[in-house]
Amino acid sequence: MSDQGSIRYISHPHPVTGVTNSKLGVWCFLASEVMLFGALFSAYILLRTGVSSWPHGSLLLNVPLATLNTMILISSSVTMVMSWASLALNDIKKYRLYMTVTILCGLAFLVVKTFEYGHKFEHHHFPSTDNFYAIYFALTGLHCLHVIGGLIVNAYLLFPGSALWKKDPDQFRGRVEAAGLYWHFVDLVWIFLFPVLYLL
Amino acid sequence: MTDTSKHGHADHDHSHHDLPFWKKYIFSQDHKIIGLQYGWTALLFLLYGFGLMLLMRWQFANPGQPLPLIGNWFPESQMIGGVMLPEFFYQLGAMHGTVMVFLGVVPLAVGAFGNYLVPLQIGAPDMAFPKLNMMSYWLYFVGGVIMFASFWVPDGAAQSGWTSYPPLSILAGQGQTVWLVGMAFLINSSLLGSINFITTIVQLRADGLSFDRLPFFVWSQFVTSFLLLLAFPPLMAASVLQLFDRLFGSSFFMPTGLVVNDQVSAVAGGGNPVLWQHLFWFLAHPEVYVLILPAVGIVGEIIACNTRKPLYNYKALVYSAIFVGFMSFVVWAHHMFLTNMGTTMNTFFQVTTMIISIPSVIILTVLVLSLWGGSIRFNTPMLFAVAFLPMFGLGGLTGLPLGLAATDIHLHDTNYVIGHFHYVVAPGTIFALFAGIYHWFPKMTGRKMNETLGKIHFFFSLILMNCIFAPMLIQGLIGVLRRMYDPMQYAHAQPAQPLNVFISISAGLLAIAQIPFIVNFFWSLFAGQKVEENPWQATTMEWTAPSPPSHGNFVTPPQAHRGPYEYSAPGCKKDFWPQAMKETN
Amino acid sequence: MEKNYGWWLPIDASAHGHQIDLLLNILNVVIAVLFLGWLTFLLYTLFRFRARPGHKADYHEKHFKLPTYLEIGIVTLEVLLLAAFSVPIWYHLKKDIPKSSDTVLIRVVAQQFAWNIHYPGTDGVFGRVDMKLMDSSNPLGLDRSDPAAKDDIVTINQLHVPVGRPVSIQLSSKDVIHSFDLPVMRIKQDAIPGYVAPVWFEAKKTGNFEIACSQLCGLGHYRMRGFFIVDTPEDFKKWMDERAAEAASS
Repeated sequence: MSDQGSIRYISHPHPVTGVTNSKLGVWCFLASEVMLFGALFSAYILLRTGVSSWPHGSLLLNVPLATLNTMILISSSVTMVMSWASLALNDIKKYRLYMTVTILCGLAFLVVKTFEYGHKFEHHHFPSTDNFYAIYFALTGLHCLHVIGGLIVNAYLLFPGSALWKKDPDQFRGRVEAAGLYWHFVDLVWIFLFPVLYLL
Repeated sequence: MTDTSKHGHADHDHSHHDLPFWKKYIFSQDHKIIGLQYGWTALLFLLYGFGLMLLMRWQFANPGQPLPLIGNWFPESQMIGGVMLPEFFYQLGAMHGTVMVFLGVVPLAVGAFGNYLVPLQIGAPDMAFPKLNMMSYWLYFVGGVIMFASFWVPDGAAQSGWTSYPPLSILAGQGQTVWLVGMAFLINSSLLGSINFITTIVQLRADGLSFDRLPFFVWSQFVTSFLLLLAFPPLMAASVLQLFDRLFGSSFFMPTGLVVNDQVSAVAGGGNPVLWQHLFWFLAHPEVYVLILPAVGIVGEIIACNTRKPLYNYKALVYSAIFVGFMSFVVWAHHMFLTNMGTTMNTFFQVTTMIISIPSVIILTVLVLSLWGGSIRFNTPMLFAVAFLPMFGLGGLTGLPLGLAATDIHLHDTNYVIGHFHYVVAPGTIFALFAGIYHWFPKMTGRKMNETLGKIHFFFSLILMNCIFAPMLIQGLIGVLRRMYDPMQYAHAQPAQPLNVFISISAGLLAIAQIPFIVNFFWSLFAGQKVEENPWQATTMEWTAPSPPSHGNFVTPPQAHRGPYEYSAPGCKKDFWPQAMKETN
Repeated sequence: MEKNYGWWLPIDASAHGHQIDLLLNILNVVIAVLFLGWLTFLLYTLFRFRARPGHKADYHEKHFKLPTYLEIGIVTLEVLLLAAFSVPIWYHLKKDIPKSSDTVLIRVVAQQFAWNIHYPGTDGVFGRVDMKLMDSSNPLGLDRSDPAAKDDIVTINQLHVPVGRPVSIQLSSKDVIHSFDLPVMRIKQDAIPGYVAPVWFEAKKTGNFEIACSQLCGLGHYRMRGFFIVDTPEDFKKWMDERAAEAASS
């Protein structure tokens, strides 16, 4: 165990940088995530431009379901902000409400995705079918893993993690903010994925 | 109002001594313990990686001959009657590179030295995220175990080179999948570590420690962390795609029309093998700057301390390190000149490769010029640090004919490449790491290592490193290709086969030359000369903490009152003025 | 007979090889001069400024002008090497692909672990290839029913070219990445499946040389040696006629 008590700027921002450690840390993490998904999008571009014919996503994929998923994720980003704002207003009950809705939206997203994948598998569309499906599964699959990761973090912050609210409300709010930044990023990736895969 | 975050929640100061053994030493969150964990593990992997190469060197020098004494210990899948099989040779090759780069050098340079020293040098009590730090180490450990265990998988370990080019790597046996999974662990370990380093250096510097007063070692770790943060994810993405190709039969890297062993491949096709190369080298080029930057950081510290004067042109050094880091992202395709990329791309990467040599030369020149006007002490760390300079210089110079595409035609995939990068990493970085061990051993243990054994270790290592890698440069000019199980197959390689024998003997002797170091290391742990906090009379903040520092590092948080290298400052009675010392000397 | 290989560069048997060798030799000299120069300065500095009684370090930074001039010199040299040597040589090899009537056209298709060499024959047209026809007796999958294929010549590991005539090769691979390396021609090109890469040269010396594979391609990578023979025009015609007769009778 380290001497956490003497590590500065856990709960209060650094006077020059203006951020807490966790905020800077999560921005660094998001920079690496941009490189991760950026690499996959670059792979998509290279693969698509390297062949003479590439199917239209709208013909092979379920656009209405994906549109629904887009709405679900955007809403969950809103409720995530609301949960953080509730903490800023010292309302732990509202925080729990909004965080629960955020998690439920995330779960709904995954349920819809399960239906989508199931439908594909039923019709024998796998990553091995062709590179369109391969990159579709790779991109959306990795995105789903990130959604699951976010849900685990949010569930922790809703249940056991929320005990920190009593001991150090500033640090707890900072954690929720960090989780919120991550959640927005996951949403943002989907907002790129959706048109690229489903509409173009 | 004072910074209340210090006491914002329960003060854990007292609780440290009540921690059970497993929390204090196994799952420690103390950056010093974690640094030592990285150090021990990395040194073991370096030895292991060296061993893998020694096996290969037998085959290079004595192709088809049974390995004496221990040859019969190996199973029939690796050696038959002590004669190495190509399967095993290529596994050794792929794993030697993987182990040395990802399990040896970087964990030692960044995980061990970086973790241990950065908080101390910036006057912080620990890293910004101690739990994350612990997870970094354990992810590295698990990744290392996976890589180590891959030899026991049916079909053996990965054998498509550490570069894992498809389609070969897609067609290869299970060991390649294990390699990809192992890499995933190592990449994530590195990611968590780099987040920690960047946040720590930005946020937790002591009062008065502005960026222009940072020890150059901390700057080098800072730039390195950005490289790790941003360059590794594309390899993670590529590994996911390669796993898809291997496990799910996709065709990201498999083109249409493959016929393997007279069988038309069943994959859908439409993929591009060169896509892997772009994604791989996008990481792997910055990775080599990850290998070198901490080393120049260490060398900078040791030179300043042992010349008793500040480093020459600190600003140039720092700006060059930043510029090198930036440029390292735009040179990657110089590894791909022969892939028919197109003349525009080719010219672009030749130009950027020439440009990146500029900050590298500046860094080297600044370090050499730092010696001028000094009062040079020749202790073991200084010997290794000084030897680093011409060795890294030669490594860098031999990059020139490789970075120019026309000469790369002749030298690509020859032993010239092997000679070039080993010069930079072996008598380059590894010498810097040895220097660091001899220099900071007293801080970490409270005892000095033996100077005589250290000088023996240095002298023989320097000579033998050159005996191993200089002939490889000659071999490359001859046209001798790398990754050759039987070096006698090609007529162009046969006349100079004696070089292979010479290299292999030198490699065996180099192994023996490490014995004084290993003996010295263990003996000194228990019986080395005891020292106080600052046996080298150095100025940076780690030398104000006890040897070894206790938990929390500093009793009261230090403040920086001057630059990091105020040696022989005018008006100072002693020949050094510590950074954290308030009063005049 | 002139030795082809020894302890330095292989014999240069190509028309463009001397340009690459010149650049290599310039670089070797530059490397040697810079390395020895730096090393001498380093050793001198270490000796002159060694710690000894009565000698103190100098805190104040001495301003050196020479390193700046050296750096500018190195940059100028690199620009020169790029602009005057490497880029022009590269463009020449990539853009000046010979298309004259006396160019020898060849297809080289690499596989684990051999080089398939395909000549178009007297009609100058490569016959149709089909991967479904590929097997051990027909590694290229040549469709002999195609009229253009009737005079095609296919060998395994036997690359014959006539001296003094440009040779234009279309290079590809059946399975994994290989790399087509003719050391004496100063030619090397990756053979990547799914790609066809152009590679050309003009031999200026006759002799028996070799093809090497310079990209790890599997367990047999080390023994993927082919025979590269540069014939006199007469010998080349004789060899081609023999092969044509073989193809016709099979």
